[in-house]
Amino acid sequence: MATGYDYDDAPAETSSQDAGYDPNFVPDSVKSFVVHLYRHIREKNVYEIHQMYETSFQSLSERLFKETPWPSVDAVSHYVDKDHVFCLLYREMWFRHLYARSSPTLKQRIDSWDNYCSLFQVVLHGVVNMQLPNQWLWDMVDEFVYQFQSFCQYRAKMKNKTAEEIALLGQSEQTWNVYGVLNFLQALVEKSMIIQILEQEKEGLEQFTATDGYDYNGGSNVLKVLGYFSMVGLLRVHCLLGDYHTGLKCLLPIDISQSGVYTSVIGSHITTIYHYGFANLMLRRYVDAIREFNKILLYIFKTKQYHQKSPQYEQILKKNEQMYALLAICLSLCPQVKLVEETVNTQLREKYGEKMIRMQRYDDEAFAIYDELFSYACPKFITPSAPSFEEPLVNYNQDAYRLQLKLFLYEVKQQQLLSGVRTFLKVYSTISLGKLASYMEVDEPTLRTILMTYKHKTHAVDSEGKISSNADLDFYINDDMIHVVDSKPVKRYGDYFLRQIMKFEGVINDMDRVKLVD
Amino acid sequence: MGRERETQKPQQVSYTVEQMVAVNPYNPDILPELENYVNEQVSSQTYSLDANLCLLRHYQFEPERMSTQIVARILVKALMAMPAPDFSLCLFLIPERVQMEEQFKTLIVLSHYLETGRFRQFWDEAAKSRHIVEAVPGFEQAIQAYAVHVLSLSYQKVPRPVLAEAINIEGLSLDKFLEHHEANSGWILEKSHGRGQLIVMPSNEFNHPELKKNAADNIPLEHITRIFPILG
Repeated sequence: MATGYDYDDAPAETSSQDAGYDPNFVPDSVKSFVVHLYRHIREKNVYEIHQMYETSFQSLSERLFKETPWPSVDAVSHYVDKDHVFCLLYREMWFRHLYARSSPTLKQRIDSWDNYCSLFQVVLHGVVNMQLPNQWLWDMVDEFVYQFQSFCQYRAKMKNKTAEEIALLGQSEQTWNVYGVLNFLQALVEKSMIIQILEQEKEGLEQFTATDGYDYNGGSNVLKVLGYFSMVGLLRVHCLLGDYHTGLKCLLPIDISQSGVYTSVIGSHITTIYHYGFANLMLRRYVDAIREFNKILLYIFKTKQYHQKSPQYEQILKKNEQMYALLAICLSLCPQVKLVEETVNTQLREKYGEKMIRMQRYDDEAFAIYDELFSYACPKFITPSAPSFEEPLVNYNQDAYRLQLKLFLYEVKQQQLLSGVRTFLKVYSTISLGKLASYMEVDEPTLRTILMTYKHKTHAVDSEGKISSNADLDFYINDDMIHVVDSKPVKRYGDYFLRQIMKFEGVINDMDRVKLVD
Repeated sequence: MGRERETQKPQQVSYTVEQMVAVNPYNPDILPELENYVNEQVSSQTYSLDANLCLLRHYQFEPERMSTQIVARILVKALMAMPAPDFSLCLFLIPERVQMEEQFKTLIVLSHYLETGRFRQFWDEAAKSRHIVEAVPGFEQAIQAYAVHVLSLSYQKVPRPVLAEAINIEGLSLDKFLEHHEANSGWILEKSHGRGQLIVMPSNEFNHPELKKNAADNIPLEHITRIFPILG
């Protein structure tokens, strides 16, 4: 088993509450922060909210709360009229900051779950009349799923738990319960009517994407945009559970061939494509995976300099590396190099060129590399069910990962003879079965099975049952003669022109708007 | 409370299982309906991947409620859905220790033979495990349909013995099978030069790659409609 796979191995329960931390002490800068943030939220000043959320919160955290949590919500609530929703939002950020800097205690995990429940209940009941930046709304969904995943990992490590922790776990069945998590995300999708909104938008009856989800008519964007991002959240949760088909189904309402609200936040863009690509890889739809990995890797390559100061920068780089590893796997199983842009290809060769050559050999060393890349780049799979609290207590945090890895390697083994047959097909336009069989040192019936495996594995089935070829090199057999066809992927000029037309239209619109302001 | 439940009940009955899965996929209460639905799929020779994945998901969330008999039926149905990757999709959700059980090991071997085009071995193995596969009506026909699918991706003309082996039918029954497909699926029987019969498979873009070229750069209408406002 690969060793590169780290499972949230933060030192368990190091006290996050340093001796020096006084939850009731509120420095002036924090007072001013919450007062201003509260005012901007009330005034629906999205621009200022965004500034404070992205910049001030980070710099204050960096300056004052590097080692300790922020002041408790009770200590700041009287600066903000004890506003219920604001306090929920503050606590959400409080926990997020805590999770990012230290390992939360079980009690804190439970409290954070309760806070999400209250927050989402308020949103679902439609009493939130705010306009929040997409970045913030995305972070909420993202963090909600992350904390769920983190809780499952934590719970699965039963060996080192104290008796108190086990007792508390046993009492909090509902905490981060998988049904609860999925139902919240699903409820946000449904209540927001986001699927209908996106449908209506296609017919020009509604605007959502054009305004990046914001409501410029005095309404609130919170439920709608949370609903939208929850579809990505569902994709991610289902991938963590190994349910790739259902995950992709949850994402269907979002057309990922176009940019949209999901591309308005880099974190959401990357999470969407990473999981979309990974799910397609597991479904053997390599071409779909390669296409989207290629697009986003190119995008990250071109834009990463703008994110250098962003708190997500490290995460961007990590996902970037992981997606190169996944791309290396896809291209080793399905050598459609022509689908990959030159820039991306150069990066890929630099990182994995040598490994990819070895992966073609399909010997033990090659399998070890498949294992290594998969383990490095896969999502942090979880076991969603509660542990047995009876002795002996065992760790099962790696079970889900081991199963996905095993099944993936099984698939790779089923394809191990295909690269050999490709090598021969590449150099012939026609060859008889007998001749090829003798070159490959197998008998004719075996060769026929290899050729059928090639056909089966290179033809993907989409969710509607439609078959499409993933093969760069194809063939057909006539009696006992093989005819080879080099099928070149056709460049999609149509799509390109469509996108450019829309882009220019956007530029023209922007210029018109600038004129009006003057 | 009690009254509320009573008034809700008649409504729920009118939902089909498919609708329940679509409307309320994360509701543990529908587990018994989903199990019944698996049996119904077996007896009525229908299939719903979404409903079955939904059930496996519930088993994954509450392993103590899992019925291995139902899981086995789901897996046989998934094999019958080849070439779709349904069998793998199900395995991804079934804990490894369950997969170690004898009946699942057999099914995994069967799937492996189908995935790697080894039909001879597949039929031999299936014959040894009749109790598993014969419990599901339509199993043979479904696998034969898959075999024909792979053959028609690969061959323009396939020798009779190759076809016979893949679908596990010989002699007179094979003649009947061929007759049926000649009449209904556009197959043509041909004599090859003194070496027995050849079957000409209907042409498709996979065994006649030249048929594919035109379909490649199609833009769906709904993409074009997006630029209508700009053009107008």
